[in-house]
Formats: sequence, C-alpha cells, structure tokens
Amino acid sequence: MTITRAEVAHVARLARLGLSDDEMDRLASELDHILDAMQELRQLDTSAIPPTAQVIPLQNVMREDVARPSYPAEEILQNAPVAHDGQFLVPPVLE
Amino acid sequence: MSLTELSITELHSRLARREVSALEVARAHLDRIEALDPMTVRAMLTVTRDHAERQARAADARLTAGETAPLLGIPVVLKDVLTTRGIRTTAGSKILERFVPLEDGTITQRLAEAGTIMLGKSNMDEFAMGSSTENSSFFPTRNPWDLDRVPGGSSGGSAAAVGAEFAPFSLGTDTGGSIRQPGALCGVIGFKPTYGRVSRYGLIAFASSLDQIGPFTRTVEDCALVMNAIAGHDPCDSTSLQAPVPDYTAALQKEPSLKGVRLALPREYFDVEGMEPGVEAAVKAAINQLESLGAELGEVSLPHTRYGLATYYLIAPAECSANLARYDGVKYSLSIREPGAGLWDVYERSRGEGFGREVKRRVILGTYALSSGYYDAYYLKAQKVRTLIKQDFDSVFEHYDAVVGPTSPTVAFPIGAKTQDPLAMYLNDLFTIPTSLAGLPGISVPAGLSNGLPVGLQIIGKALDESGVLRIAHAFEQSTHWHTLRSPIAQMDAATARSA
Repeated sequence: MTITRAEVAHVARLARLGLSDDEMDRLASELDHILDAMQELRQLDTSAIPPTAQVIPLQNVMREDVARPSYPAEEILQNAPVAHDGQFLVPPVLE
Repeated sequence: MSLTELSITELHSRLARREVSALEVARAHLDRIEALDPMTVRAMLTVTRDHAERQARAADARLTAGETAPLLGIPVVLKDVLTTRGIRTTAGSKILERFVPLEDGTITQRLAEAGTIMLGKSNMDEFAMGSSTENSSFFPTRNPWDLDRVPGGSSGGSAAAVGAEFAPFSLGTDTGGSIRQPGALCGVIGFKPTYGRVSRYGLIAFASSLDQIGPFTRTVEDCALVMNAIAGHDPCDSTSLQAPVPDYTAALQKEPSLKGVRLALPREYFDVEGMEPGVEAAVKAAINQLESLGAELGEVSLPHTRYGLATYYLIAPAECSANLARYDGVKYSLSIREPGAGLWDVYERSRGEGFGREVKRRVILGTYALSSGYYDAYYLKAQKVRTLIKQDFDSVFEHYDAVVGPTSPTVAFPIGAKTQDPLAMYLNDLFTIPTSLAGLPGISVPAGLSNGLPVGLQIIGKALDESGVLRIAHAFEQSTHWHTLRSPIAQMDAATARSA
C-alpha cells in the first residue's frame, strides 16, 4: 500500500476536515501503516459470507408518531455558535 | 470505615436505616473528589456539587417518606459522553467544550428516577476513541494504582473514579473494550451488556453498531443492582431490545458454586505475542479457581480472533466518520469563522481545530474505507469478517455457557508509552474487540496482580445472558479476595491530603 498525500487531501476534503501540511504528511504515512496491517483480511475467502451491519434481529423499528412539546427556540439557540434574530446564522453558502 | 469506602449495598443499608443522610453521603464523596482528584488521578472533567446536593436533599425526602429503592441516595459519576440537561457535556473534545445539552439521556434520567446523586462528569478519550484516556482534549487521567500509568480507556475517568473511591459506581461506554479494559487496569468491575440491552438515547455516538453503556463498580452485586436500573427497552432508541429484563441480583448465589457451568477457554486468548507473563499467570490461576468451584473447562478455538482488530478498525472509524459529520461549526459546536469565510471554510477550519489527532486519524481512515473505489475492499470486507467472528462465538455457545480469558494482554502501561504508535495502542483491545463485534455481554473482574498492578479476568456470555455472566463473576469474586484490594489513592485520606 502506498497512500499519497494527494489521497489524504482528497479524503480530507470529502470529510470536510481541515488539515495542515504536516498533518497530511503524517496521516499519509500512518494510514499506509494501518492499511497494511488490514491487508490480512484479504487472506479470508468471504465470497459466500453475508455482511453484518449490526448484530440484533431488528429492522425498521417504528414508534407511534405522537406530537410532543419541543424545546423553546431560545433554549436551543443557547448552543448556537452564532445566532441572529432567533435563528442560526449560517456562513455564506453561495460564493 | 469512612462513607467513601462503602459499596452501594453497604451505603444502601445505612441510608435505609437512616443512620446517615444522602446529603452526608454526597458531601463525603464530593469533599474527597475536591481534595484529592486535582492533585492525583484527575478523573473528573466537571464536578457538579450544587446539582448533587439538590439531588441528595430530594433523595433524603424520599427516604424520610419511607422509600427504600436500592440506588436511592447513592452517588454516581457519569462519563462525559452521556448528555446531562443544563450541565456541560464535552465527550472529551474541544469541539464540544461549551456544549450544554437541553435534555438528559434516557440512562441519566433513569438513574435520577432511581434516586442516584450525580457527582459530576468524568474524563475520557475524545469521542471515546482510545485505550488510555490520553486522547482527552483536556488532560490525561492517571491510574489510581500508579499515577505514572494510564487508567486505560476510553472510559478511564469513570474507572479511575471508582478505583480511587470517589464514587461507589460510575457509568462508562464500551465500543471495543472501553469499559472492560479500564476496569481491568484500575482493578474494578467493568461490565458491557449485550448490544441493545441498555438505551443509547443521549449517548453521544461514536460507532452506532457497537456502542453500549455499562457500569463500573467495586462488587458484582453492585453491578447487578445498577443493571437492574439501566437495562430495558426504550422507545427513543430504535436499536434497544424488547426482551424482558430479569432481576439480575437473583442470579447471585450465597454459596459460590459453578457446578454444571461449562466454560470455554479460547486458544487464541493465551500464549499470544505481546501478552505479559504476569497477566497470563494471574488469568490461569483464576481459571483454576473457576474449576475448583465446579466449572467444567474446555479448550476451544475462536479462529477469527486475529482478524478482530483489522475488522474493528475499519468498521468503527467508518461509523465514526458518519456520526461526527454533525460537528459542522454551525449548530452547536466550536465554530471558526474568519471574515469573508464561506460555508466550506467554516466546516474545515472548525473541524480541523476542534478535533484531536486520534479523531482526525479515524475520520480520515473511515472516510477512506467508505469512499468510492475502496468500499468493497475495506468496509464491506470488514462487515463480512464480522459475520465470521460472530459465527465463531455462535458455535462455541452451542456447547458452552461462557467464554473466559484475559481482559487485556497487559497491565496499566506508563503514560506516553504508546501514544506515538497507533497500532501498539490498538493491540490493547485484542481480547475485547471480538465480543463487541458480536454484540455479546462481557465483564472484567479483578483477578490478581502482576508487578503490583491489577489484572482483569474477562467473562463473555451469550447474547442477553447478563445473568449468567454475573453469576460466574460473583462466584469467582466471592471465593477470592482480589476485589477487596484497594488502590494507593483509594487508601489516601482526604483530610491528610488537604493538610499536606
């Protein structure tokens, strides 16, 4: 395996994760090392094995759709980094 | 005997007889934390004295009215990944440094209804990613047996708090070993229930198909009492199981006997590279003890054990990369906004500055494993191997009641010893990860010392057979003295500490 810095930069972009140049270099070599260790999974023939996403025998659990009181907007906005006029202030989306 | 030495059961009988008030119990623990914690283990991120005293007064009113619920008036410490209304909840991360939840999680709420007194929130590896609590954004926690060593992780603060006698019990969360491993390293009991047994509503998610809440205690009986309060279905968590919840204390016998209990010893959990001889010796002695209690032992193979680490370190990061997408610098987390910055800049800067090194590593690894072109080779492959690992356990449980072995290959290691080598750190979870991938209940009980540091015996049960696991753990505990050993910090007196 060889993970390049460009690949780390691409994945970081997908994850919307800002990384410094040093971090990208370090992650490229660490990832290389980690993914190498994971190659051992290839030794196993899993062509006939179904994947397990979760271990419990439950699917599409629904609960009653009952209205319940919501929290007041002022309370919710207490955690907002920036609020304005009772709303979350979002940075410009269109450039 | 001071109040802080007592178990839940012992405190309960004094509270119920009104020999002591809940407020006195709470204050004894709060005073001890304030006097000792900052200069020793640093288990706590937030101490909630006012909140605790309010809860204690309410508990005293209930006790005066004649109520005698088992956890009424009992102090607890919560891992800082469980949301608490009006009380900062950080998940050990700078990105949530100022986050104050609007509501209690289901388990926080259940404990409050049971009458427990929350003393505060404990330190942890950032977003529960780590095995040493060194990945906390704030400071590392230290081991109450040796302050130069780690307490394990990710629930290191909760384990250290019980090991230092700051609280008779605490809650942690376990995704790949984060309750059992710190339990072992701090010499206390750590129990991960079956996936789905305890509601995750209000638990800040790391890897949703693996995360599970569970207790740290100093006795197995206390563990059963806490399980009685937290287990059970919750309509707010669609992965919580509908199964009936037994009285877990009913599984504990007065006379320890394991007659007729069949225990499997997996070959892959012994003679492993990197396993300390002292740990192996203590675990083998513990197994002899189980045999002398009447258990039938048999050697088995869990052939896919060695693939557990690789499987886990693809699945957990993949799930974490999705779960952590919500920290976007817009709704409730750290937000870095330069003048003129657009949305993408805010996302990238806020996440880049808010997340620590291990979290970034896992977000990148997980995003990579899920990305187009690599999904089949990594994520899907890992999910298939997860099936094989689960099948290993299924076939062993056709003939055995439980699997026993070491919790961790080593005792507590020095702070800083493994921070530069992620793979060495990941090896801590070798014996706990397969259980997590299979969703099974697992407990770590104190089972001896190696070089003066605690060793844990791990007991793994069938899905939903928490009672069977607790029964075996209890029989072992009652026939050994390991759980009565107290850490050096536990033996420190708060009054002496203050005058020193």
